Amino acid sequence: MQSQNYDAIVVGSGISGGWAAKELTEKGLRVLLLERGKNIEHVKDYVNATKAPWDYPHRGGRTQAMEHDYPVLKRDYPLNEKNLDWWASDKDSPYTEVKRFDWYRGYHVGGRSLLWGRQSYRWSDFDFEANARDGIAVDWPIRYADIAPWYDYVERHAGISGSREGMAQLPDGQFQPAMPLNCGEALIAGRLKTKFGGRRRIIPGRTANLTQPLPGRSACQYRNACWLGCPFGGYFSTQSSTLPPAMATGRLTLKPFAIVTEVLYDRNKKRATGVRVLDAVSEQTTEYTARIIFLCASTLNSTWLLLRSATDVWPGGLGSSSGELGHNLMDHHFRAGASGTIEEPSLSSKNVYGRRPTGFYIPRYRNLFGDKRPYLRGFGYQGGASRQGWSRAVAELGVGGAFKDAAAQPGDWTIGGTAFGEMLPNHANQVTIDQTKKDKWGLPVLAIDCATGENERLMRKDMMDDMGEMLEAAGVKQVRTYDNGCWPGMGIHEMGTARMGRDPKTSVLNSHNQVWDAPNVFVSDGSCMVSTACPNPSLTYMALTARAADFAVNELKRNTL
Amino acid sequence: MSEANQTIDRREAIRRVTLILGGVALAGSGGLVAACERAQQRAGTTTSAGTFTATDVAFLDEVADTILPETKTPGAKAAHVGAFMAIMVTDTYTPRDQDVFRAGMRTIDAASFMAATPQQRLAKVEQLDREQKDYTDKKKHDDPPHFFRQMKELTLLGYFTSEIGCTQAMRYRETPGRFDPCAPYTPGETTWAGHA
Repeated sequence: MQSQNYDAIVVGSGISGGWAAKELTEKGLRVLLLERGKNIEHVKDYVNATKAPWDYPHRGGRTQAMEHDYPVLKRDYPLNEKNLDWWASDKDSPYTEVKRFDWYRGYHVGGRSLLWGRQSYRWSDFDFEANARDGIAVDWPIRYADIAPWYDYVERHAGISGSREGMAQLPDGQFQPAMPLNCGEALIAGRLKTKFGGRRRIIPGRTANLTQPLPGRSACQYRNACWLGCPFGGYFSTQSSTLPPAMATGRLTLKPFAIVTEVLYDRNKKRATGVRVLDAVSEQTTEYTARIIFLCASTLNSTWLLLRSATDVWPGGLGSSSGELGHNLMDHHFRAGASGTIEEPSLSSKNVYGRRPTGFYIPRYRNLFGDKRPYLRGFGYQGGASRQGWSRAVAELGVGGAFKDAAAQPGDWTIGGTAFGEMLPNHANQVTIDQTKKDKWGLPVLAIDCATGENERLMRKDMMDDMGEMLEAAGVKQVRTYDNGCWPGMGIHEMGTARMGRDPKTSVLNSHNQVWDAPNVFVSDGSCMVSTACPNPSLTYMALTARAADFAVNELKRNTL
Repeated sequence: MSEANQTIDRREAIRRVTLILGGVALAGSGGLVAACERAQQRAGTTTSAGTFTATDVAFLDEVADTILPETKTPGAKAAHVGAFMAIMVTDTYTPRDQDVFRAGMRTIDAASFMAATPQQRLAKVEQLDREQKDYTDKKKHDDPPHFFRQMKELTLLGYFTSEIGCTQAMRYRETPGRFDPCAPYTPGETTWAGHA
């Protein structure tokens, strides 16, 4: 008979939840890890990982039936034939778009840790001090010094490859050797450094792909098929990195198909007592109790759960006393940049071997070190160079044998970069419960009301123009700039809605991710973020989660929870 | 179309493939009716695919094989590109684009195309290629595609993602095992096929 009582409950098994489970079990706690979707076992369930391109009837594309079934997922890249069942069903789990918001979700063990882009960057004090400096929203309750040791800690275990660059706005970390720039990128990087005095620099992308083995995991095999699951454990996921050590403690219970419908709250003790779980298959309800609860269900789902909990005490839900729960939803805005052709004779006798699962990065340079623009904050670029493949031939005039043989050879070297920009927090960007619409399991869905503003609009001009300027300065030909437009959610870096802060009157969580209104409840996924910075956020979720878990266990020992 | 993005991130790579493939589809109008006896005989070794008959598929095979014929490596027919086209049009094309494709099939006189010599077929396909290029270069965003542009796109996609295309026309390593950022390349060598 399985115990219904645990030391800790972790809701969600993605990047943050996996880390919470690992840290809490390794510190001696008996942990129940709840996941709303199915299990995906490491390696065994990566059923498409070793399929060849020709094994798919539509070669990875999307059919009419898929588009019909996935009205949100079809808006961008995620809808495809190869890993479709690793994306949440739009039909089963609808939501209300007061304004367009693209919500791409992974409802299974590992969550989006199986699907993520793996770019892993530290944030700096330029980011943690930004709100206070600009008088925007509230101040982050932590500074770089508070999180730096936790970046060290999670980087060593997760395995981040990258180069040491000594850039204040993008601190170096505990890196494995970088996946190097290819010769096209290196050529342009050299020219860029000269043209911009080192202020704008192309560096190797820092990625959670191993270049050296770690226990139980091989180094990257350069297949570039990460999003199908890696049979070598070459990239960080819950399955490859955090679940095995948690399981090894013998103190972890993993429960898939467990939808947490409510955090149970005792108004007399002013503490959460556990959670109510709806079995996604049998639809049976069970209550589990624990001394502490970690919400790591993903940015909007952790908040959705809080909004539904303790409504008898706070109509706005658990953690809502400040009036900020559900507010300040953010994402990175992107899809603006430039690309062109590198016409360099010496490169025609060069190509790459192997499929590197990352590209280059250009760290932020706007509104730093004396630069002043008509908007706040900044952006970084992700990009890459490579030789064109057969698809270039579609637009060329030609048919026949010579055309075919030419298409089978590498084409010109091309290079391009897309900016990822910071989005300012705004109280008006919010999620609420839509009582008029229910999901497959009868839960009232989220209504999302979020839009970018004037600051982002102004920034996007630089995001597009700067890349064109840099490529042209570096001698790249046929440069084309673009702004393909962007809606919140598309970045899949949704952040905020349960922000940290220094004051319970203006924030949902304190500096240790503890809910002000319920100190034994912690929220350490993207919900907690106070601003977005411009580098990718997942590494910061890992560090904040490990830090919060350490704090929580110490508080348990002191009997303050 | 830049391959640079393929190394940038998966989003861009997959987005681009879906652009090549076009949008959604519904089953369209009837198959190719005016096929000659010779095509029927060929169809004996070909099966129907999607909403297309064996005769249709045999005809599409020949069109594809004229676009990408056997050279020192096998051609599109050997890679079963006709059946691939039929499945893609059936499953992934919008009703409008499917109608364009089927109407286009009818404008090529299948009987005479099937009976034609390789040189005559090439001349016909070269003429269609010039027409589609001229049309596509001028077309507005919301205008329908040219049917031969569709055939050419599907032929290239179907061939270069087939086993023959990946492993014989190009070079394929499922698991390269290492990354060389600046490997020597001798002009004329084939390129490396992608995996996922």
